[in-house]
Amino acid sequence: MKPAPFIWHGPTSVDEAVSVLAECGRDGKVLAGGQSLVPVLAMRLASPAHLVDINRIAGLNFVESTPAGVTVGALARHRALERDAAATTAQPLLAQALAFVAHPTIRNRGTSVGSLAHADPAGELTCVLALTGGHILARSSRGERRIAAADFFLGPLESALAADELALHAFFPALPAGAGSAFTEVARRHGDYALCGVAAVVTVDAAGVVTEARCGYLVVAETPLVLEVTEAALTGEDALADLAMAAVDPQSDIHGSADYRRHLAGVLTVRAVRQATVHARARRQIVAA
Amino acid sequence: MSTRYFGASVPRTEDLRLITGQGRYTDDVGQQGVPALECAFVRSPHAHARIVNIEVGDALEIAGVHAIYTYEDLEGPAAEPLPVLIPHPNLHAPRTAYVLAREFVHHVGEPIALVVADDRYLAEDACDRIRVEYEIRPAVVGIAASRAATHAVHADVPDNISAHLIQQVGDVVAEMAAAPNTLELDLDIERSCSMPLEGRGVYARWDHDDRSLRVYSSTQTATSVRAAIAAKLGLPLGKVEVIAPDVGGGFGVKIMHPWAEEIIVPFAARALRRPVKWTEDRREHFISSAHERGQLQHIRVGFDDEGRLLALDVTFWHDNGAYTPYGIICPIVTSTQLLGPYKPRSYRVEFYSMYTTTVIVTPYRGAGRPQGVYAMERTMDAIAEYLGQDRTAVREANFIQPDEFPFDQGLIFQDGRPLIYDSGDYPRQLTMLKELIGWDAFGQRQAAAKRAGQLLGIGLGCYVEGTGPGPYEGAHVHVLTDGSVEVAIGLTTQGQGHETVFAQIVADELGVQFDKVRVVAGDTRRFGYAVGTFASRAAVMSGSAVALAAREAKAKALSVAADLLEVDPVDLELVDGMVSVKGSPSHAIGLGQLAVLSNPLRYAFDEAAKQATQFAKPADPDRPPIEPGESPGLEGLQYFSPPRSTFAAGMHAAIVAVDPDTSEISIVEYAVIHDCGNMINPMIVAGQVHGGVAQGIGGALYETLAYDSDGQLLNASFMDFLMPYVTEIPQIALGQLKLGHIQTPSPLNPLGIKGAGEAGVIPVSAVIASAVQDAVGLPITSMPLNPSALHALRHTVARAQMPTRPEVAE
Amino acid sequence: MTEELRHAVSLRVNGIHRAATVVARRTLSDFLRHDLGLTGTHVGCEHGVCGACTVLLNGDPVRSCLIFAVSVAGESVTTVEGLRPDPDSLSPVQQAFHECHALQCGFCTPGFLTTVTAGLAENPNPTPTEAVEMIAGNLCRCTGYQNIVDAVLRAAQIQRDSL
Repeated sequence: MKPAPFIWHGPTSVDEAVSVLAECGRDGKVLAGGQSLVPVLAMRLASPAHLVDINRIAGLNFVESTPAGVTVGALARHRALERDAAATTAQPLLAQALAFVAHPTIRNRGTSVGSLAHADPAGELTCVLALTGGHILARSSRGERRIAAADFFLGPLESALAADELALHAFFPALPAGAGSAFTEVARRHGDYALCGVAAVVTVDAAGVVTEARCGYLVVAETPLVLEVTEAALTGEDALADLAMAAVDPQSDIHGSADYRRHLAGVLTVRAVRQATVHARARRQIVAA
Repeated sequence: MSTRYFGASVPRTEDLRLITGQGRYTDDVGQQGVPALECAFVRSPHAHARIVNIEVGDALEIAGVHAIYTYEDLEGPAAEPLPVLIPHPNLHAPRTAYVLAREFVHHVGEPIALVVADDRYLAEDACDRIRVEYEIRPAVVGIAASRAATHAVHADVPDNISAHLIQQVGDVVAEMAAAPNTLELDLDIERSCSMPLEGRGVYARWDHDDRSLRVYSSTQTATSVRAAIAAKLGLPLGKVEVIAPDVGGGFGVKIMHPWAEEIIVPFAARALRRPVKWTEDRREHFISSAHERGQLQHIRVGFDDEGRLLALDVTFWHDNGAYTPYGIICPIVTSTQLLGPYKPRSYRVEFYSMYTTTVIVTPYRGAGRPQGVYAMERTMDAIAEYLGQDRTAVREANFIQPDEFPFDQGLIFQDGRPLIYDSGDYPRQLTMLKELIGWDAFGQRQAAAKRAGQLLGIGLGCYVEGTGPGPYEGAHVHVLTDGSVEVAIGLTTQGQGHETVFAQIVADELGVQFDKVRVVAGDTRRFGYAVGTFASRAAVMSGSAVALAAREAKAKALSVAADLLEVDPVDLELVDGMVSVKGSPSHAIGLGQLAVLSNPLRYAFDEAAKQATQFAKPADPDRPPIEPGESPGLEGLQYFSPPRSTFAAGMHAAIVAVDPDTSEISIVEYAVIHDCGNMINPMIVAGQVHGGVAQGIGGALYETLAYDSDGQLLNASFMDFLMPYVTEIPQIALGQLKLGHIQTPSPLNPLGIKGAGEAGVIPVSAVIASAVQDAVGLPITSMPLNPSALHALRHTVARAQMPTRPEVAE
Repeated sequence: MTEELRHAVSLRVNGIHRAATVVARRTLSDFLRHDLGLTGTHVGCEHGVCGACTVLLNGDPVRSCLIFAVSVAGESVTTVEGLRPDPDSLSPVQQAFHECHALQCGFCTPGFLTTVTAGLAENPNPTPTEAVEMIAGNLCRCTGYQNIVDAVLRAAQIQRDSL
């Protein structure tokens, strides 16, 4: 289980990186944390001719939080984002979701932006980016562009990044005042890819009544699915579950049937909305105080 | 008075090297000297095919590629099929693979071509360039397909049956007809496998000057691998030495031998006159080593109103995979160990061992016992439910009683010997188990949980385990002139702490300090006759041999000392390495000095040796320096060969919680009562039980080997083969796992010990099935059980359409 | 066929400057084991799940099978061989693994030792639940993890006692 040969590039600047990517075209692949890519290479399920290793580029390893949101640089490791207190304050869903990303040792090396670029529908952060309405900033030798989450995930393992583009950072909007968040999933083992996962952002009014509820789904759709569930949330938990079960399109595999995953989507939607509501009420009190 | 080591939790000698990175596993060998060439195999991507053509193409042109071998390159015995290791008269159609596939492949992963290159990276590059043309044949996956025999795995075995065996005791037909109650059950249990963290590995170094071969293999039997290599490569036994270095876990898979790789790697080393190494990668381990467990079972049982077994009639179908190199040991074990601690009035068991186009099936920890216990314990639960009795009461009604030993079950066991239990106390175990898990109070707890919307269930399982089968093991205990003791045993070690426990025995038996004793295992240079490490036999077999050899060495030491001191040996004692006349410890002679004197010398190669030379002291001119029948040196060489196996036993219970919404299953509490006779080192015994329970939980709730209908293994990675992490195993530190021991010594060996290696794993699937059934109130007939399957079962039953066998997932 | 390009890679390994010239696809685990001869780091799956190959990269545990050596040139790596404070003594974690019988075959052990060493540096006083979480990403097939959890707690105690 050894990777096939490739030509390694170790650019030390973004400009150099995008120029190498432009030369490599479709034969090139960006290597950041490598926690998803290297197993694929080792099993020879992919054998790109060129690897553009961005680990030596200065200035990409940052997490920056403002009242508007959290900007995560291309070399920020999951673990750094998870432990970043300011980021957790601005958008608690990040740390809530990251706790489900594999195990801490993987999070020490894996990058958050890399996992977004990987566009795995089982990736927790893809769901967070979609649910929070964030974006990716991409750069190529042709220039820079901002890709909204809704336009970023095209299919399983397929993002909107062109072959010559490097994702420079991801931006996650802050959790609005009065809103709460939650992340739930069911996996076979602790740390495994989820059988189904649901994130929720719920806004409550001063009386604690839900005014808006949205859920994001991983695994049970080809790209991260976001549902507006406010009305169902106000109707009741059965309505919430029914809405989710009708909207998802899960596949069967050896770990769980499509039926089961659909059922989980319902159960976890209820749980996530419940938890996010509690969270929202708690945050509101903190804000009020 | 010196310390007694037997029975003490002595910390392990082997730890020091292993915790400092100084262990030496097969892939670590050969860091010095000529670097080994490395191997990769072209393996079949198809479950069943005829090889039409192999095109090596430009693979040999890759810089660093040294050789490529296919079947055509083999000759002599190496070109013959691999051996049927354990022939049996009822294995009427044994089939084994070739070292490299000859014309046909019968499972995905079967080796076809070997590439030898400077490193594994290049060898894999070359494999990618070798083109094999296949004519695809139909895959036969699963017992149902094999029984249907629409397609044959081996053309000359059209019914796919490799073996058929019936054993019976009493008149099952008459007893069944007369029984007041009868039940039938259909059960199935899926595959799992050993999955040691270190895969297989072979390093071979050919010495062309000496025409000899040194092989390191990650094996559970060095001596038999040696014999097989010598036979296959046409070498005299004396020209082959095999060493099992540190081995990163075995659990059964490494008792299978000779692996094709154990033959072809030395073959290449000899041909190339270079060290050659193969280190199995994880995918190879999944698709080309061995699996276990898969069976379908049909049970008919007749019983009286107290639940006593009057007639037990079991038929099962055992999936043996593509070949039968290890014979029918697993199904024989299932068919005999199924009886557990019970004594049915009549018993009939019939099994068919079936070919499928999947990886071979050879023993994995438990080796057929988990399936047998599953069959028996599910039956016990069914009887209890039918009669409305407590599940423990039905078991109690059937126990062999403590005064009934030796108890002859009337069957022939896997070692070809009668199935006679030597000792045990099953009623006491059950009493202890009920207390440990809180059995009697559980009803209230379950009801309270139910009121709170939670599903709790309790279950139990009992087993008896034949351990320590023969034919024999030996040991060599050698006192050196510095007073230290070297012990060599023939079987191998893969984490069981043999270096520690056998040193404990020698320290006690000989009368030396523990840290004076060094143990070497699994090195044919040090000990040539041995069988191997399997069936929980090392402590029983080698432990006994070590004790006997130490006693021999001690007798010799006392005899030499008696001569020197001119006293009767019976008046001497040996304590802490010093021999003295009882009661006068001041006149003590060290074992080292006795070792010197035991070897009459002509040449004084060191200072100590002077004492033993011919002019050193006056001697009786009429006696030879070595008496007839004696030998120089202070050593003992003994073999232990018991008449039959000794029978360990245990009982487990679990409390599980089932999430009412997600059907996730969690183990709330787990209790183990365990009896392996006298314990040499309770800490190590407990460790064995801990590990076994974890593997059992893996087999019950997480691990399966998921083949599709084309014979592709869909979960051949650690991402998808779900070995439990710590988070999936109930932990003692969190109050979730509890252990209790009793000790009923075996009368069959000098130390009263029984094997402990496999015990922990054996009843777990039965226990979890019992507990989940209790929690959800639905029959659990198929294991392992995952949340998706349990959800399907609960959901289907809600629609009143309960299937006999829930599908895991499509 | 073009010769595969080799790269000079130097690292600080266990405090010592080490260098070798390797192909870009050489994993850090193979680099440590076969180019530097540090065979204490074990390779159990080569796809990042088992944790046997865990080493400390600049102090943090990482899977050395999922990193190319060339990617971490110039950085600092600690392997199991570097955990002993001196040749005659054991680290608290090593000592605890020995005392608690936290290993059997020893193959997964180096990955646990490095992981726990870093874990206790971050959380010197773990509760039993935190001890479980600390080792939750490493597979062991022998011990059922019971004694490894004990060893985490025991190592914390040894560390405290030595202060």
